[in-house]
Amino acid sequence: MAVTDSPAGGSTVREKPKVKLLNDPKFRSIIFQIILVSFLVWIIWGMINNAAFNLQKAGIASGFGFLDTASGFGLNFSPFIDYTSSSSFLSVYWVGLQNTLVLAVIGIFFATIIGFLMGVARLSSNWVIRAIAYWYVEIMRNIPLLLQIFIWYKGVLATLPIAKNSIDLGAFGFLNTKGLFAPQFVFGEGSGMMGWALLIAIVITVVIGKWSKKRQMATGQRFPVFWTGLGLIIGLPLLMYFIMGQPVSTNYPTAGNFGPKGGMRVIPEFIALILALSLYTAAFIAEIVRAGILAVNKGQTEASYALGLRPGQTLRLNIIPQALRVIIPPLTSQYLNLTKNSSLAVAIAYPDLTAVFAGTALNQTGQAVEIIGMTMLTYLAISLVTSLFMNWYNAKMSLVER
Amino acid sequence: MKNTIVSTLGVVALSVSALSASAATLDDVKAKGFVQCGVSQGLPGFSNPDSAGNWTGIDVDLCRGVAAAVFGDATKVKYTPLSAKERFTALQSGEVDVLSRNTTWTATRDTTLGLNFAGVNYYDGQGFMVRKDLGVKSALELSGASVCTNTGTTTELNVADYFASNKLEYEIVAFEKADEVVAAYDAGRCDVYTTDASGLYAQRLKLTNPADHTVLPEIISKEPLGPVVRQGDDQWFNLVKWTHYAMVNAEELGITSANADEMKGSENPAIKRVLGVDGEFGAALGVGNDWAYNIVKQVGNYGEVFNRNVGPDTPLAISRGTNALWTNGGLQYAPPIR
Amino acid sequence: MSGIDSQTSMNRAETGGLEVAYVRQELVPAIAPPINDSGVIGWMRKNLFSSIFNTALTLFSLYILYLTVPGIIKWVLTDAVWSGEDRLACATIAQGGALPDDWKAACWPYVGAYLKQFIYGRYPDAELWRVNLTLVMFFVGLVPMLMPSLPFKRENIIFMLGVFPVAAFVLLSGGNLDFNGFLLPDAIMAPSELKFWVDFLIVSLIICAGVGAYMNATDSDPKPAVILTAIAMGILALVLFVMSVDFGLTPVETDLWGGFVMTLVIAVTGIVAALPLGILLALGRRSDMPAVSLFSVIFIEFWRGVPLITVLFMSSVMLPLFLPDGVTFDKLLRALIGVALFSSAYMAEVVRGGLQALPKGQYEGAMAVGLNYWQSMRLIIMPQALKIVIPGIVNTFIGLFKDTTLVSIIGLLDFLGMINLSHSDSTWATPVQAMTSYVFCAFVFFLFCFGMSRYSIYMEDRLNTSHR
Repeated sequence: MAVTDSPAGGSTVREKPKVKLLNDPKFRSIIFQIILVSFLVWIIWGMINNAAFNLQKAGIASGFGFLDTASGFGLNFSPFIDYTSSSSFLSVYWVGLQNTLVLAVIGIFFATIIGFLMGVARLSSNWVIRAIAYWYVEIMRNIPLLLQIFIWYKGVLATLPIAKNSIDLGAFGFLNTKGLFAPQFVFGEGSGMMGWALLIAIVITVVIGKWSKKRQMATGQRFPVFWTGLGLIIGLPLLMYFIMGQPVSTNYPTAGNFGPKGGMRVIPEFIALILALSLYTAAFIAEIVRAGILAVNKGQTEASYALGLRPGQTLRLNIIPQALRVIIPPLTSQYLNLTKNSSLAVAIAYPDLTAVFAGTALNQTGQAVEIIGMTMLTYLAISLVTSLFMNWYNAKMSLVER
Repeated sequence: MKNTIVSTLGVVALSVSALSASAATLDDVKAKGFVQCGVSQGLPGFSNPDSAGNWTGIDVDLCRGVAAAVFGDATKVKYTPLSAKERFTALQSGEVDVLSRNTTWTATRDTTLGLNFAGVNYYDGQGFMVRKDLGVKSALELSGASVCTNTGTTTELNVADYFASNKLEYEIVAFEKADEVVAAYDAGRCDVYTTDASGLYAQRLKLTNPADHTVLPEIISKEPLGPVVRQGDDQWFNLVKWTHYAMVNAEELGITSANADEMKGSENPAIKRVLGVDGEFGAALGVGNDWAYNIVKQVGNYGEVFNRNVGPDTPLAISRGTNALWTNGGLQYAPPIR
Repeated sequence: MSGIDSQTSMNRAETGGLEVAYVRQELVPAIAPPINDSGVIGWMRKNLFSSIFNTALTLFSLYILYLTVPGIIKWVLTDAVWSGEDRLACATIAQGGALPDDWKAACWPYVGAYLKQFIYGRYPDAELWRVNLTLVMFFVGLVPMLMPSLPFKRENIIFMLGVFPVAAFVLLSGGNLDFNGFLLPDAIMAPSELKFWVDFLIVSLIICAGVGAYMNATDSDPKPAVILTAIAMGILALVLFVMSVDFGLTPVETDLWGGFVMTLVIAVTGIVAALPLGILLALGRRSDMPAVSLFSVIFIEFWRGVPLITVLFMSSVMLPLFLPDGVTFDKLLRALIGVALFSSAYMAEVVRGGLQALPKGQYEGAMAVGLNYWQSMRLIIMPQALKIVIPGIVNTFIGLFKDTTLVSIIGLLDFLGMINLSHSDSTWATPVQAMTSYVFCAFVFFLFCFGMSRYSIYMEDRLNTSHR
């Protein structure tokens, strides 16, 4: 694919004042581009031709007709989409995409929290904290992710007791080799009202926040928005819970033939992936956060202290908002990396896009070109959307700059 | 390896122009001097490498048979271990000449993948293995169980059909490699391990405590396993097909690797034809006339191959059952060589 | 703060009634001596117990360490089994061994028994000296190259990029390639080694003639360019010749390669192939020619947008379909192509960073002295840009080195693949087997990656001082 090659010997061309057509840079650049494009077309045409010939010669079916046929196999994880073995290959695709995104979103959530904690800890004045954060980052990012996934899956989770001898976690359910069997909330009639209460609480909190900011601007008095908001967000739904006659109950897992039954089941593949992905990515996020904070001029800290802000306030009101501008772009690319790395799920049988679509569906249909193409395009689309968002965010942030 | 690199060097130059040059597989094999055989990544009894890297098993013996037929030397085989996923692409792309990897013959595979199944060298069926201490006696008691299997196999489809048609709940855990399935089952990730019954017996040997596990009586599918070749090369297809038939015919006629030489002097015209004393069957296949003699002499007849690899005296201890000759009530039946 | 406030107001109140307002009447109260911030106690006070919150944090983290570190040490060292013949050495009573039932620690004799396979894969015993020789050549060439203070950098680089790959290829695979020609139709000349060289000669002549004609057409002196091209073709011929000579080495199929050596082979080949590709792509992306820059952008963003595992799937499943009928690639070679294309995109971005970091004056200066594009790139821009991006290249290599583990998913037996394979051997099957091998693997990877990242930081510091 090394196609950007220059014409051989071009490096020794010496330009002379007398302009010949071949020495005209414009002409040469056009010629060069024509050569490049025709070379590319030739290669791509050759590849397509070969593929068509090979497929036809081998009598392999092609086209996307297979997407409508029933897949015939089961999948063990599909939180939002109904899937049975009589669903089509297209729904296999959607389930795979869904599982990839679920994994990515939850992984990003934990990775961000751990990463920010570790990043701030790396700069702590406390030596022990600093040392722990340093070694955390170095160990996590210098061990291959796939190996970490295996460590969690085969080294830790597979050595848990078998289903019959589950570890009883009390209120949190049971833990065994088949995963975590947690109690599940069952929302009965009237629990919809609690949702509304939560929504109202959030709206009120936002309004209070705006009002208090205005008041602080005007009078300098502060209002404890955080605690009020927290109280509202917890209190209102709780109040509604009792008004509606306690509609929410929990479904505890109970012992069944094959280990615990009922409740909410989290499969071990998912646990292993979340642990590995978030701990691994958190190490990179920690370094980004650290670099972001260090990028804020030391004078900013000193100025905050001079204004009488306490260290916590300095961090929250002055340093973090400025650091975020440096942090966000690389952070987004880490999020993207995590999403792409979630494809390693294929190694431990978590049904993500790569595993079920580029894996199982490919095996069952044999239509490699279509399936690998769709899979790659999907990941490309995710990357593209993310970078578009990042560009938009960067543009927005830079407006604030003066 | 050598040819690969040559091809690599010329690939850009060739990428468009070489569309026409497609030699017959048999000629290719004769030219390079060995048969490239696609096998499993390790399934005792079928295709399994020992610690020195020597491959043994029923599927391996079929490849050795083909080599014996072509070269008169059963050792001229090179093995490519393939996962369930890679196997068909490897065959389609010409990476291997014959795929002999406990592959189930199905209509889809036969018609849409550009492949041909060249016979059935092992009649199998899908079964279930569970831990004895679960107290399960029948597959119908498996509602709510977790089932471990290989992804991209017919077993994955069969188990979905079986559980759906019997209205049983289940959780499927599908791994890429057979070893991973066994490890997960051994660790207790699943309650049930399902694959071809022969595979269950083979993989049970890899468990920590083989005696703690039992195979349930239900056989839920037909799994005719056989060698596969590319579609559209009838000469090679015939050769692989008749390699298997020669072994079955040999067993039927009582020819073994031990007595192949003296059988050459037999009066039985059928034996004479098999061993190439009479007729020109080898020439019609494009190989030497002693092709079947070489197969039997160097690899053995079907019964010998079966007993040596999976039979009652091996750790797998599988009885002939459906794989007995048709004369003994089994399904192994070969068209006559005449 | 409030203390200062009250003191000033107090002073004002005291002095308010007096005649000499600004003359202090009494001594300022002595400030408490500064807290001892030297010595162990002082250091601890400053770094561990500077406030109540900090003290709580310190105690909490010490507690966490107390919970984890002794357990890890016990698992890895004190409780671990260090000798034994098979799984019974590492089995508890319930599993048929002699260890107490709650025992859980590393089983090192298993790693010892498999060490050879972890390093060399299934490479034949009798030929191991070839792998060892390759490794020795690699490190002998690499170490002086990494030390900026040592001389002979040019010779060193020629050795590492020119001599070593060929030697390593011949040593590891056995060399003795069959060339049977590629150009002339078989009707004119039957395929043979001789035909290959005839073909090669024809192609070389055509290329030289083309270069000469081009030079002529641009009014340049064709002689030096033609000679240079001829030398390049001669070197290529030499390389091909060495690869095709039968040194009497037994050929070793890539199926038998594996273990840590394969990890190194993939990572090193990947980076060596990715560097030139990456440089070209980076230049292409910054090119003024729309077709070139568009192609580079699409190429780079495509490979950066997809996960490596799908690239590997593609190269192992789809690549064969794109090749002409009858042309097949080795499984390892297919993975290598995938890895090289993938990392070239990342490398391109690293190099582009270096190109952008150069002040514009460098480009303008190069143009001002009359250098053409390739001359200015070769003589002015690239030497500076590549120097700046050495840490970036090392970091890309670390990433690639870790990512090589993914080839185990497509069935190649690299270090991690070999470890997973060893789990299926019942000789050492115990519940601690997996963890033991993974900890060993993690330790090896950590040593290499951590070492390389230290080197990258060292280079960064060094380059920083020379630039500011």
